[in-house]
Amino acid sequence: MDDQAFLDYVQAGGQVETGDSMPADYRAKLVKFIEMHGNSELMGVLPEREWILRAPTLQRKLALTAKVQDEVGHSQLIYRVVEDLGKPREQCLADLISGKAKFHNVFHYPTKTWGDVGVIAWLVDAAAIISQKALLRCSYAPYARIMKKICWEESFHILHGRDVILTMMNGTDEQRELVQEALNRWWGPLMQFHGNPIPKEDDPMYVWRIKSQGNEEARQQFLDGYVPQIWELGLTVPDAKLRKRDDGVWEYSEPDWDELKHVVTGHGPKTQERLAFRRKFLEQEAWVRSVVLAEAA
Amino acid sequence: MIYEVFRQEKKGAAFAHAGSVDAPDATFAEAFAREQYGRRQESEALWVVPRAAIHTVTDFADELNKTYHRVDGYSLKAKLKEARERAGTARAS
Repeated sequence: MDDQAFLDYVQAGGQVETGDSMPADYRAKLVKFIEMHGNSELMGVLPEREWILRAPTLQRKLALTAKVQDEVGHSQLIYRVVEDLGKPREQCLADLISGKAKFHNVFHYPTKTWGDVGVIAWLVDAAAIISQKALLRCSYAPYARIMKKICWEESFHILHGRDVILTMMNGTDEQRELVQEALNRWWGPLMQFHGNPIPKEDDPMYVWRIKSQGNEEARQQFLDGYVPQIWELGLTVPDAKLRKRDDGVWEYSEPDWDELKHVVTGHGPKTQERLAFRRKFLEQEAWVRSVVLAEAA
Repeated sequence: MIYEVFRQEKKGAAFAHAGSVDAPDATFAEAFAREQYGRRQESEALWVVPRAAIHTVTDFADELNKTYHRVDGYSLKAKLKEARERAGTARAS
């Protein structure tokens, strides 16, 4: 199959397996996209990890620990897919801690209060699951298959997050204020999360059908699904321009694309601290890997 | 070493491929597979198989388009209609 025939094949809904021949550009785009997803799962646990010891109840501590375990498990599954495409996990991790590889913007920010933990689990996971559900139709079948399990676990996370938020919103004025403040902090990054609104036909990830929807489509789906849920709790979305037009399209203030670019290129408020944490643990646990591998050999 | 994991969702159901784990030996492979695919009671059973043990076959020739051994090779509608007419059992439509 030449490149054009391959393109026609995936654009018609065809799926590709690991051993199939594929254009070099397709393979490179797959590695870049999937590796970034794996990095994001791995880095995404750090903002929440900070709250395991400070969780308000034992139940919450257990739930948060389970969520962190889920996300690390996702990164393992995802790195496996990348490995089968030709890039070893060790190399992915090396590129991550050296700052060469990217991870999602939302994981570069601090978790100031327990309100942030709720907003992350509810809204950041909601935004992520919209992207991930669209990956169930990815042209690369091994990735689409593991996404089933990942989406299934993410749906628990959203419920956990919503439960945290509802509990706080039913609590004291101070608790309600924590949620509103966290929402104010996270709204900007949430609106940047799905990326700039380039037409999907110009998005190479869509052209190869790695993604099955455009950035703006995903953002509209997020707004449509979650803004009403935010409003019904008496929370205010910090965007005076936000409204749903009669034709069903959401209008909003232009997200800060400079901030997005700045943050994902290693300049977020917590980027360096979190990369240093990963670096430290990779070094600290190197002996475990060497012992296990030596015993098995 | 790569191990492929197959999971059975319900008793009696077919095992379906779930994903793979990277493990130094079978004991670790089982532990990783349990963590990935069994910690919420979502699986009835798992098969954990070294990838090298799997022999893949994808070429299935049908040059002669042998419809006689498939259900799409048997279109009975017109024949049944004729047979019913001859038998005088055709339903008024």
